[in-house]
Formats: sequence, structure tokens, C-alpha cells
Amino acid sequence: MTLSRRAVLATGLAATAAPRVWAKPRLEYALKPRQVADGLWMLEGSTEYFTFENGGNIVNVAFAETDAGAVIFDSGPSRRYAEELRKLVSEMVPRGIAAVVNSHHHPDHFLGNQVFTDKPIHALEETKAQVALHGDGYADNMYRLVGDWMRGTEAVPPNTVLSSNDLTIGGRSFSAVPLGGHTQADLMILDRATGTALTGDLAFLDRTPTTPDADLPRWRESLDYIASLEPKGIVPGHGPFDTEGRSLVQTRAYLDWLDGALTDAAEDGLDMVEAMRIDMPDEFAALGAQPQEFERSVSHLFGEYERAALPEVN
Amino acid sequence: MYKTLFAAMLIATPALALDDPKVTLDDPYRTGMLGYLQKQILDDPSQITLDPRVKVLAPEAAEDSFHVPITVDARGIENVERIALFVDYGPIPHILDYYPGEAEAWLSFRFKIDQATPVRAAVQTTDGAWYLGGTAIDAAGGGCAAPAAAYASDDWEERLGKVRARMWPKTGRVRVIVDHPMDTGLADGIPVFTIQALDFKGLDGKKMARIKLYEPVNEDPTFSLRFAEGALTAPLQVSGRDNNGNEIEATIPFNGAIR
Repeated sequence: MTLSRRAVLATGLAATAAPRVWAKPRLEYALKPRQVADGLWMLEGSTEYFTFENGGNIVNVAFAETDAGAVIFDSGPSRRYAEELRKLVSEMVPRGIAAVVNSHHHPDHFLGNQVFTDKPIHALEETKAQVALHGDGYADNMYRLVGDWMRGTEAVPPNTVLSSNDLTIGGRSFSAVPLGGHTQADLMILDRATGTALTGDLAFLDRTPTTPDADLPRWRESLDYIASLEPKGIVPGHGPFDTEGRSLVQTRAYLDWLDGALTDAAEDGLDMVEAMRIDMPDEFAALGAQPQEFERSVSHLFGEYERAALPEVN
Repeated sequence: MYKTLFAAMLIATPALALDDPKVTLDDPYRTGMLGYLQKQILDDPSQITLDPRVKVLAPEAAEDSFHVPITVDARGIENVERIALFVDYGPIPHILDYYPGEAEAWLSFRFKIDQATPVRAAVQTTDGAWYLGGTAIDAAGGGCAAPAAAYASDDWEERLGKVRARMWPKTGRVRVIVDHPMDTGLADGIPVFTIQALDFKGLDGKKMARIKLYEPVNEDPTFSLRFAEGALTAPLQVSGRDNNGNEIEATIPFNGAIR
């Protein structure tokens, strides 16, 4: 068959009239703040792993109202998230945004920083260094894991290093406690007025703790310290608001089990792939993002356990 | 005219097949690479089939591109002589060859991944036939072209060739870690520097198993071997050398009491 110019033109027109399947609706996180204490709101993420559906909204972000405006705890996983966050907080808090705090250097907690570069972004010195070192790599990997939600996102390190355990903004006073164990530097914030602890990823609730930079003994010490403060409420890094201290107990129990399970696997002569397939107690298998997070933990941690189990022989 | 066309097709068909392997497999991963790999790595065998008895176990996604754990289990096949491990996508596809000898047709180890790819195990039996299995691993990648982590410390030369090892006679397991950078030659200014082979022997010199390593094996190679329960009754010697002539020698003590 020979195609006439008219036939070609008609085909072209038909194609134009066809539904534009690539024109998906605009991606939106639809953030819903929940008040958890006087002048303190939490935006609760899902307890899943990163997916193309959740766009990386697996993290808890919070904000507190002060006389100078809102203080935002963690800036979320992407530019798009942080733009929605900024709009929402600006509408809810008449004086706008006073400052941002980064709890630690993992991507879901700081990749919204670029939307707040006109504000002080507080963090521990080591957190700033880690973002500068790994931030671009995290951003690249997040594009791979959640796709278009990340469009335009760039890693921006925090711009203000915390130099004191006291952080007072607009008359509202917070304890800023440098801890660690989940990563090299984990900042815990205690809102003194309401007794609420914002733990970052030192505490998880109904979601498996993540361990890419973990130091388990130090992490457990940090949990003990937070428990000793007897906070009235806890905003964990992932999972629902906690008024009973369950997040501290559960995170501790999982880390204890993980430590024991990896020790046993190494002492029994298992290799990594086998260790990833060991039976998990029901209480931990039921946590969000399993079994992926346990498998990731084996990748992160097993090397040290097997070196401890294998003596030098030459 | 039709005759001419037909004759032309007859001539054309063998020419099109020049690049094809002797056996064309129905590749479940459809990477377009399998035929090439059959020829390059397996020397184009005339007997090769896909076989579910060749199990390749690995995490779905590589959390650490420098140390991707993998287990190949071909214990369902008898008279295994060689197991070749290779990937479809990567600058150096061939990872290692395992000659189980007196050991079972089972091996765990780690390798450096450069991008998402199927990983294949081809198992050759003593009659020359090949059996093929595999799994797919997703990865952010970049594991092949970076300098070894060892170079961040200043004592890596003192650690070179250090062996950590242990055997579990009751379960027939042997594990060994050899400290070595395993440089691929793909990182800027760092030439290839790899262990070439590791041999496992009895104290009497009896050959027990042999692993030939290529560049993709991870830094500080880590191997787990399995023998039949009760088959290990004495210490094992492990020996090898790298491409710079450094010797690796160690004896894995026998300890029947440990688990």
C-alpha cells in the first residue's frame, strides 16, 4: 500500500485526538497535620519502604508554633514535599516560618532543605558534614526509588550548626540533645513546654528501624537516655504519635533481637543470604517495611558479626 | 523471480546465524546477552539447558553495590565439576569459577555490582553438559569503578593476605575471609590487583575444592563452602596467590567441638 499525504495527515490527526495517557494528574502529598500537644503538630508518614506510590512520604515531620513563627522539625523527602509543607505551615501559623531543624542526615529527613534556605536550618555539625558528603548520592538514589516525586530536588546541607543544648526560638524553649547510634549524629529535641520528645529516627513505632549507619550499643544508650527524660509524648521518626513510650520499648526490643540473631547466624556459620532468610519473631515480622528492612540490616551489619566469629588463622 | 529470492534466503540464513550460540535458550530475563555469554564464558557448549535445580539466591535489591551477597545451590545435580558465575550487564561479566571437588555443589560469596542485572550460575557436570539458573538483582550500581575501601586506611599492606576462617564439622560448613583489595582496574590510576585462585586441600595434600576468582569478586573476598555432614575430620589448608605474586597460605583448624 502507498500512503497518500491525506492518509498520513488523517493518521496524525487521529493521534492528536487520542487521549493523552501521559498527562497524569499532578503528584500531591496532601499533607494532613495533626495536633499532638499545645502548639505542636505532626505530619505522619506511612510505615512502608520508599515506593513510586508514596513518593517518599514515609517520614514524620513536625512543627511548633512560637512567637517568631513556626519551627519545623525535619524537612521531608523531596522539594515537592517541602513546598507543600511550607505552604501549609505558612497558612496555619500567622507569623510564618522561623526556623528548620534536621534531626540527622538520612534523605527523607533533609531533602526538603532547599525550600528553606532563607531560614536558619539547624543541625549537629556531623549531620552537616554527612549531608555535604553523601547528599547528592542520596538524592540520586531517591529518584531511582520513588521517581518523578523527586523532580527538582537537590541536597542542601543545613546552614546553622547547633552549638548549645538550649535552642530557644520566639520564646519557646527546646532542649537540643546530641545523641547517636541510628547514625553518627542524631539530634533529639525536647519541647520543654509540653514535655514532647521529637526523637528523629532514634525511635520507630510499628515500623522496622533502619540501620545503614547504625551503632547498636550507642543507639541503645540513646534510647535509655530518652526514656530517662520520661517524655509526656513522643514524635518518633516513623510511625504514629506515642504517649506510652512504646516506641522506645519496641525499638530497643528490635535492636536487641537483631544483635542476638546476627550473632547466632555468624556463630552457626551462615552466610549473608542465609542470614537474610532466618525466621523472625511475629512481633517483628509484623512491623512496617519487613522483610526488606531486615535484609538491608543484614547487608549493613553482618560483616562485623562474621569477622568476630571467624578467627585469624595466618 | 521467486526462485532467485528463495535462493538468496538460503544463503542469507546461515550468515544471520553466525553469531548465534550452538544452543539457543528461551531466556526468562530476555536480556539479549545470553547467547554471547554462552560463547564467551562457557565456550559455546552443545549441551546446555535451563534447570530449576540450579538455584541462585540473592536479595532483590543490592543494598551495598560493593558487597552483594549471593548463594548458588546446585546440590540437586549430581557429578558437578564446575560452577561458573557471571552477570549479563557489567563491565567484567565473569565473577568466578567454582570447582567443588570433594565439597557439595553449593557456594556463598559476594561480588561488586555495576548496575541492575541478572546473575547466572552455569553448572557443568562431568559428562560435559551444562545446566543454567539465575536471579535478577536491582541496584543503584557503581560498584566496579571505585577504589577499594582499604586504601582509606594506611595499614592495608599489612593486612594483605590475612585469612580469617573457621570450620563447622557437624554441619560441614567452612567459611573463609581473605583480606585483599581485589582491584578491578576500572578505578582511575589503579591497576588490576586480584587473587587469582584459592585452593582447599587436606593436610595430606588431597585436593578438596578450588575457586578461580575474577575482578568482580568483592574486596576482602568472603566464601562459604559446604561439605557433607561428618566429611570434615581434619584441618584444611587454604592457599592461593594474586596477580602480583603474593602468596596466601593458611590452615583452618579442625574443631569438632564448635557447634
